[in-house]
Amino acid sequence: MTGTESDADEAIDGTDERAADADCDYTSTELMVTTAARELEDGESVLVGVGVPNLACNLAKRTHAPNLRMVYESGTIDSDPTSLPLSIGDPVLATGAAGVVPMFEGFSKYLQGGQIDVGFLGGAQIDRHGNINSTVIGDYEDPAVRLPGSGGACEIASNAHRTLVITPHQERRFPAEVDFVTSPGYVDGREGREELGLRGGPEAIITDLAVMRFDEDGELYVETLHPGVSREEVRDATGWDVAFADDVGTTPTPTAEELRLIREKLDPDGVYLE
Amino acid sequence: MADGSAAVTDMETAIDRSVSDGDSVYLAGFTHLIPFAAGHEIVRQEYTDLNLIRATPDLIYDQLIAAGCASTVTFSWAGNPGVGGLRAFRRAVEDDVPHPIEIDEYTHFGLTARLAAGARGLPFMPVRTFVGSDLPEHNDHIRRVEDPFGDDEIYAVPPLCPDVAVVRAQRSDASGNAHVWGIQGEIPEVAFAADTVVLSVEEVVDEQVIRSDPNRTVVPASVVDYVVEEPYGSHPSYAQGYYDRDNDAYLEWDEVSESQASIEAWLDEWVHGVADRREYLEKLDSDRLLDLEPTTEYATPIDMGGY
Repeated sequence: MTGTESDADEAIDGTDERAADADCDYTSTELMVTTAARELEDGESVLVGVGVPNLACNLAKRTHAPNLRMVYESGTIDSDPTSLPLSIGDPVLATGAAGVVPMFEGFSKYLQGGQIDVGFLGGAQIDRHGNINSTVIGDYEDPAVRLPGSGGACEIASNAHRTLVITPHQERRFPAEVDFVTSPGYVDGREGREELGLRGGPEAIITDLAVMRFDEDGELYVETLHPGVSREEVRDATGWDVAFADDVGTTPTPTAEELRLIREKLDPDGVYLE
Repeated sequence: MADGSAAVTDMETAIDRSVSDGDSVYLAGFTHLIPFAAGHEIVRQEYTDLNLIRATPDLIYDQLIAAGCASTVTFSWAGNPGVGGLRAFRRAVEDDVPHPIEIDEYTHFGLTARLAAGARGLPFMPVRTFVGSDLPEHNDHIRRVEDPFGDDEIYAVPPLCPDVAVVRAQRSDASGNAHVWGIQGEIPEVAFAADTVVLSVEEVVDEQVIRSDPNRTVVPASVVDYVVEEPYGSHPSYAQGYYDRDNDAYLEWDEVSESQASIEAWLDEWVHGVADRREYLEKLDSDRLLDLEPTTEYATPIDMGGY
């Protein structure tokens, strides 16, 4: 299990509040799901986490990316779940999959071997260069809060051709520097990552307020604001003086068909959406 | 290491003969096929000072930690899968309750690479991970080595050969040739890496059942020391095709594990309060087990050919 599992759960905390603010008929979680889904291209192999990433991948597969291959770090290859998995080790991910491999094979041949196009990550803290902490808050030897740890997150961040992050937008989650680097982003800038010989890198951070990307130096900036969200709100919820794109736009909203698929097909019991 | 003639026995005997205080113990399984029955037997026999190893320590390790069995936890992701944090583990790390434990921390790839090196008799395994992460600063088992064929450096991890591993499988023959289907996790690696292997299965079947489908044999008899037939031995975890995860138990654990005292009360009732897995199952509501039964979805038979 990577950081992705618990973090995906955390990613849905308190999201309905924003939807009310935005005076619209979708929730903030639904907006994150559709935004993440649109980042995925048909035919790609994606290393999925449970929660929002799982919903996003299944939505993409049922809309513009029917040939998306969903791989889970439990070793299931091209899963085709008939119901919502409760964890990345759920049996529904093995039944009907194209393959199932042991963990070491999944990480060594599929991920390290370069077979994974996109990975999803989450974490307790993300800094301005996209480095992620899912290990400890405070000192490693004497932690204030002990978090689950890397799981496969470090290797996903290091070996996928690109990574996407989904997380609630709160100041404590976006410090200028993380307490502990579990999963490297652009380290201390794009050059820093290149010098270390790491593959890929983070592409976008999708929050409940905005979509952020990385500039040429490998620092986060706000590309789009979600409908009804102000720059001030994003600044207040970010631990450094975050930059905005010159032409900062508005995040596209979910379509009626996307909402129907999410509510009726992907999460009919509202496990992740309520 | 076993000599190909594993002993078929009960869990109490298998654990008694395999585990000693101070051992390194690996209860394998990635969400799937977790050896809960074996873990409960370890609690009942009151071992101490164990190094509990597993990529994904979950409820059974929370129970072993709260029972005071562990001095070290070697791991890569410590959580309650799909639910949240692992509370007893956190109390031990953050507050030394019930006593302090050491942690030996990896990533999933780092830990399974250690097992892979151990299983293959290698001095180390190079891995493309840890670069740019803070973890190597805190773990002396993660080191940079020179590429002997090039100019670069790469991280490497040493072999991991636990004293004892308990692995579960859906079925095996009496010798210990085991079929696993569904998620395999680290079972194939740890079964070869560990010194002593206890194989716990849903069913012991005729040797011909295993030999009819040899590609499905994940654990061979040659590495197995004890075979234990233990139906529902993974509850509340699952066995693909036999029963689903009892998700209510995972949610309930989040409440049970809120304090050391409430875990101890739970252990008194569900572990010390029963003699073995059979009594545990009798104590569970039978409807609860029936609700976990999956529908049938057979794999298409293959033709091995007769020659």
